[in-house]
Amino acid sequence: MTQLALVIDLNVCVGCHACVTNCKQWNTSGSAGPLVDERPYGKDPTGTFFNRVQTFEVGEFPHTETVHFPKSCLHCEDPPCVPVCPTGASYKRKEDGIVLVDYDKCIGCKYCTWACPYGAREIDEKQQVMKKCTLCVDRIYDETLPEAERKPACVLACPTSARLFGDVHDPESEVSAAIREQGGYPLMPEWGTQPSNHYLPRRKTKMKIHKDELVRTDNPLKKEGHLPKVDENENFLEDTASW
Amino acid sequence: MHPAFSVIFLTTLIGAGQGLFLALMTVQAYADIGALPLPAGSYFGANSMIALALLVAGLVASFFHLGRPERAWRSAAMWRTSWLSREVIVLPIFMGLVFVYGLLHYLGYNPNLFGENAPPQGELTYLVGLLGVIAAFALFICTGMIYGCLKFLQEWSTPLTPINYTLFGIASGFTLATVLTAGMAPELVKFYGGWAIAFTVLAFFTRGASLIRNQRIKHRSTLASAIGVRHAQIQQKAQGAMGGSFNTREYFHGKTAAFLKSIKWVFLVLVFPLPILLLVLGLQNDSGALLGLAFVTQYVGLLAERWFFFAQAKHPQNLYYQTI
Repeated sequence: MTQLALVIDLNVCVGCHACVTNCKQWNTSGSAGPLVDERPYGKDPTGTFFNRVQTFEVGEFPHTETVHFPKSCLHCEDPPCVPVCPTGASYKRKEDGIVLVDYDKCIGCKYCTWACPYGAREIDEKQQVMKKCTLCVDRIYDETLPEAERKPACVLACPTSARLFGDVHDPESEVSAAIREQGGYPLMPEWGTQPSNHYLPRRKTKMKIHKDELVRTDNPLKKEGHLPKVDENENFLEDTASW
Repeated sequence: MHPAFSVIFLTTLIGAGQGLFLALMTVQAYADIGALPLPAGSYFGANSMIALALLVAGLVASFFHLGRPERAWRSAAMWRTSWLSREVIVLPIFMGLVFVYGLLHYLGYNPNLFGENAPPQGELTYLVGLLGVIAAFALFICTGMIYGCLKFLQEWSTPLTPINYTLFGIASGFTLATVLTAGMAPELVKFYGGWAIAFTVLAFFTRGASLIRNQRIKHRSTLASAIGVRHAQIQQKAQGAMGGSFNTREYFHGKTAAFLKSIKWVFLVLVFPLPILLLVLGLQNDSGALLGLAFVTQYVGLLAERWFFFAQAKHPQNLYYQTI
């Protein structure tokens, strides 16, 4: 079973919003119709986005750390939004685990947004249907694109490669290795939704150098004492041999 | 959560309609064993149509909640998994039963399906009414479970949610029945009034229990589990959008904590003590006006109760929007 997902490295994300912008650009130009923008040039612009980057400050000054936190649909393995949908518009694809909304079936009752603990779904105020991240399902299988570009728009846009994309069920994949080796974790694991998207934690790269490591412990000088000083009165081999 | 008035009207109106129908069937059941005089068929006919009118009004209100009301028929599809879908199916079934029940009574067509000498429980109206009772309770459960099944909305995720929906519906339905009966069958007013008071008191205990439960609720999700950073001190600096988003509108009631608290006291007064007082006074003085006031008070109180029910629920996604 394939489960496509994103792995987002919070250690690398710089909060530039390139993923947000590219996601919006790709998905607003897609066949499913535009993602609405309301008052885009007004003082309180709003609209539908699949992906947003939030910023948190962790700790107390001066010991603070800034965490940029990209947030989109996590494509849960057990998505709570799917069973509550009365029309079947919300569904999880068997073949790749992507959670999608059929915009032609959605009645805009918003019940799925109540059922998603992450707030990953947003209603399109113009089309009045529920929208959410599709993992760029209209990109990743498009064979007219070069293979390297068959990835979600956000992944391609990320300048720091903080976003990885792949099959989290395949233990050999890049994303599985990242989760396994770099402490990847799901959000709100307490609800049993088993999000497929994982986050990699902030990590400090530090080298611990102990004092004794500065001195060569296997130094023969130290181990066996100083080399015996030469007795100047004694005969050397050279003396004996210098006939 | 943001209280949607369409849903507030839907749940309160159909609740009263279901309660009114249950009140009618209660009297018929009592009358069939000879405990109460059986009112005329027109009494059941007229009151069934009033119950139906409430159900229709609730249904109309619910359409205002939909972004795409023209596709509403699709919502019956997923009854295997969705309580909302189940409600969409049970509501029209119940409406149909109420209509047939009222029509049969109005026309006086009431053959006993089990033969001439069978007990009155075999009468057609009784059997249709019994199916209606089952549908009414099924509808209460569906309505309540729409909210009760959302496990991470911890304020709602309790058996008290469907119980409260049921008892509030029955209480307001019996209060309404008391009012309507005052004009049409005065001998039944005390019966209805008594039950209306009893159900209101019962609802007070169950709603009180859920209020106490919700006051001491411990939310399982924290900002730390929401973003996966294990630290006690996390401050949000940016929410990802300047002018707000769906997430900042749909999940917040947008009122102050003081307003929320005052609504709680408003509904606690309007739903329970005031209608009981007005019912007692109305029954003692045979005053239809006071009984009518009791229903109006309780209904307005239930609107406030439902508003509070939504506003009090804290959705875990709000953790991602700390500075609302």
